[in-house]
Amino acid sequence: MARAVPNSVKARNTAIAWIIAILIFFPILWTILTSFKTEGAAIADPPVFLFFDWTMENYTTVQERSDYFGHFMNSVIISVGSTVLGLAIAIPAAWAMAFVPGRQTKNVLMWMLSTKMLPPVGVLVPIYLIFRDWGLLDTRVGLVIVLTLINLPIIVWMLYTYFREIPSDILEAARMDGATLQSEVIHVLLPMAVPGIASTLLLNIILAWNEAFWTLNLVAANAAPLTAFIASYSSPEGLFYAKLSAASTMAIAPILIMGWFSQKQLVRGLTFGAVK
Amino acid sequence: MATQHSRAAARFMIAPSVVLLLAWMLIPLGMTIWFSLLRYNLLMPGDNPFVGFENYSYFLTDPAFQTAIVNTLLLVGGILLITVCGGIGLAVLLDQPMWGTGIVRIMVISPFFVMPTVSALVWKNMFMNPVNGLFAYVAGVLGLPAFDFLTAAPLASIIGIVSWQWLPFATLILLTAMQSLDSEQLEAAEIDGASAWSRFYYIKLPHLARAITVVVLIQTIFLLSIFAEIYVTTAGGPGNASINLTYLVFQESLQRYDVGTASAGGVVAIILANIVAIFLMRMIGKNLDA
Amino acid sequence: MTTTRALLGSAAGLGLAAGLATAATAAELTVATVNNGDMIRMQELSSRWEEETGNTINWVVLEENTLRQRVTQDIATGGGQFDVLTIGNYEVPIWAEQDWLAPLDNLPDDYNVDDILPSIREALSVDGTLYALPFYGESAMVMYRSDLAEEAGVEIPDSPTWSEIRTAAEAMTDTESGTYGICLRGKPGWGENMAFLTAMANSYGARWFDTDWQAQFDSEEWQATLTDYLEMMNEYGPPGAAANGFNENLSLFQQGKCGIWIDATVAASFVTDPEDSQVADGVEFAQFPNREGVDNHGNWLWSWNLAIPASSEQVDVATDFITWATSQEYTQMVAEDEGWRAAPPGTRTSLYENSDYQEAAPFAEMTLQSMNAVDTQSPSVQETPYTGAQFVAIPEFQGIGTAVGQQFSAALAGQVDASQALDNAQRSTQREIDRAGYTSN
Repeated sequence: MARAVPNSVKARNTAIAWIIAILIFFPILWTILTSFKTEGAAIADPPVFLFFDWTMENYTTVQERSDYFGHFMNSVIISVGSTVLGLAIAIPAAWAMAFVPGRQTKNVLMWMLSTKMLPPVGVLVPIYLIFRDWGLLDTRVGLVIVLTLINLPIIVWMLYTYFREIPSDILEAARMDGATLQSEVIHVLLPMAVPGIASTLLLNIILAWNEAFWTLNLVAANAAPLTAFIASYSSPEGLFYAKLSAASTMAIAPILIMGWFSQKQLVRGLTFGAVK
Repeated sequence: MATQHSRAAARFMIAPSVVLLLAWMLIPLGMTIWFSLLRYNLLMPGDNPFVGFENYSYFLTDPAFQTAIVNTLLLVGGILLITVCGGIGLAVLLDQPMWGTGIVRIMVISPFFVMPTVSALVWKNMFMNPVNGLFAYVAGVLGLPAFDFLTAAPLASIIGIVSWQWLPFATLILLTAMQSLDSEQLEAAEIDGASAWSRFYYIKLPHLARAITVVVLIQTIFLLSIFAEIYVTTAGGPGNASINLTYLVFQESLQRYDVGTASAGGVVAIILANIVAIFLMRMIGKNLDA
Repeated sequence: MTTTRALLGSAAGLGLAAGLATAATAAELTVATVNNGDMIRMQELSSRWEEETGNTINWVVLEENTLRQRVTQDIATGGGQFDVLTIGNYEVPIWAEQDWLAPLDNLPDDYNVDDILPSIREALSVDGTLYALPFYGESAMVMYRSDLAEEAGVEIPDSPTWSEIRTAAEAMTDTESGTYGICLRGKPGWGENMAFLTAMANSYGARWFDTDWQAQFDSEEWQATLTDYLEMMNEYGPPGAAANGFNENLSLFQQGKCGIWIDATVAASFVTDPEDSQVADGVEFAQFPNREGVDNHGNWLWSWNLAIPASSEQVDVATDFITWATSQEYTQMVAEDEGWRAAPPGTRTSLYENSDYQEAAPFAEMTLQSMNAVDTQSPSVQETPYTGAQFVAIPEFQGIGTAVGQQFSAALAGQVDASQALDNAQRSTQREIDRAGYTSN
């Protein structure tokens, strides 16, 4: 889009885009605003938008009631841990599939994706029994294992589509120049693969962070992440929109901020080989 | 390049993923299939006698079963339609020159970072609630009666909520694909006098085909097992109006604690999901080979 | 990539710190509880118990349904994750029968077991042995706005009939100003709309099953219950009632949008709380209604109780904690901190004999009267093969009740008519109960 565009067109685009973006973002904004209201102001009729008595009371209450930092740390450990472990297992596999494709490669890939279709509720009891016997209930290790396995197919697939776009002529050329396998990987392939790996990593941290079935059903007190924290604020006796909003804001803020900062990175790798 | 040696190395590299997923698939699946043939209720411990296919016939004859299948397909189809169409629209829009692209893009992708439970709670309580919700307030201002979303149109409401969560994902992928489009081609078309619509239809849309395939595939996998949004908002109701297959299995496993029937339901769900997957592959798989 | 690396680095560092921080010390209890106000207060106050005894508590606080699923799953598979469970009086006898709960037969003398309300004690005992200690208890009663009643010129007697309630609801309704005559539960669930509808059916003389375990939704009593409920709600109820549970109705009533609300007695302390309720001053109470000629006031009895899984390795410490949390001293402590009105209600006779409480809680008398009127052995005036209250005390009831609740909620939403809903309920209930083997012997 290098050509000059009339400012009137640009202004029109800007207006439309901003209106739509604000509409899409509004529920999150409203939640954040509500978290600073008193319970009374939260359900006021007519609703108040900005002009209310701003209060931090909800955040203090939530912090007093639950160990936010503990839950937060569990979320970080579980989502980052499972993603890193998943990448460690998936990178070689995706690499091999992309550069040494066999007749079965596509089928193996599709089969991997189909394991994602196992409905979690249907296999809860078997997994619970296995976890009980192996002493993995309510441990971070247990959750890291489960989330790694759940997201592994997506990781392999994303990396595969990305790696496939790395032209193999480059490899040939490097080999012609007499590069060893090791230097081939380090100097030629890795730099090209990094954006794909980075965005896979980010996407999977998000997926793991938001996973709310296993992280709720396999934990008690020690390994409970932020999804369990939210479950202690939904529908108590009486309606507490403001406290719920505060807890919600606290639960989504870290990942939201991470997402905002890494947005460019995420986009770069999300092309799934659509770039030609 | 594909020598004997590199083939062996490739197998060795793929092995860990395959073995792990095979174990993850086979151990719980094996246990699930075994449990599905037993009379096994958590609340009634004792010996769990072998009952053959009794659990299957009970699950398949459940009056809610057909509704659940239809709803599952409606949910997946409806959300895919909204997110793909909306995603294309937003991608086209965000691809235009404008001021503040960065902030607009951040706002548009934000819903993707919100936990499903949180988004369901927020939509249900603060927007769709017919007495305290913002929608009811807006309706009141416009002089309309409050619309009771989750009772009067439960499935459509859930489709709306989940679409809101997945629209950013579709937009992101489609937008990156759009930006990779060769602008010379577009300019050439413009010089030839092609209208904006025909430029979109004949040049942009075909270019997006592969990205659309990716969106459809990934989202389908996640959408087939929508759970948190239903659990929080309608609990499958009113009646069975918004029940899907995952929720039906949940009712057996965590409300009736009937592990036998839940396992049978799980096996049925896996079979159906794979049918959908095969169907999907047939339909759009070619795009991936391109 | 630098972002990623920094993220990983800090995650690893913090992970290490978190690992070091959780080094084990003295006895550690894991307590699972519901996120209701009274339990959250218990969570706050229990730091005193921790200080006194040197033990620590790890809390698992969850929303009611999630908690129930979580602890049931754990106890039934022997997962052993919890030392203290918060469960309802529905679960206690069923779980005790399975030997899942530790019997509580060695309670200290000063615990004063005989002070526990007889109906509650009976509900928590199997063959004379207690298996759980009540934290708070409730029956159901009528709560109404006396100002609206006066304005409308109606009077609700202490022990009203359903037709009196209906007349009053009609008179109090003023849709123009957003005042609805009556608010009742409509949200599907065995513990939501079916708790109310089962109690209402009890007071209409209906029963879930006859003595041969045949479902009774085709009976005249059930038909009358459902049609009257639907008519009242459609004509005098708030919009969107099919999604309203306890919480939603509480909020509506507190905002002054309901004339009459019939629900759990614990609600009384919330609606009379001037901080949260706009109608705190003008709320009056009456007994759960009955149909003319039926001597039954719903038989609603619920209590949240603390119990110890038989598999817990710390039964002694856990017993010490649950006796502390359900003792008279605990009630005293809450009263000193928050005032008598906030004392956990419905478990001990002594609370209702306390003049401070009687003074602070205008609903005390009606609560006690309602709780004492409950007969869990025969919930209906007709003969039943089951015991129970606003539920049927069989393990299958959660599934059956929720399925029926979905039907009745759909009827309230106008998606099916009453007879269709009753037909569906009849069929699904009989299907479940036949399969469970009740009818084969």
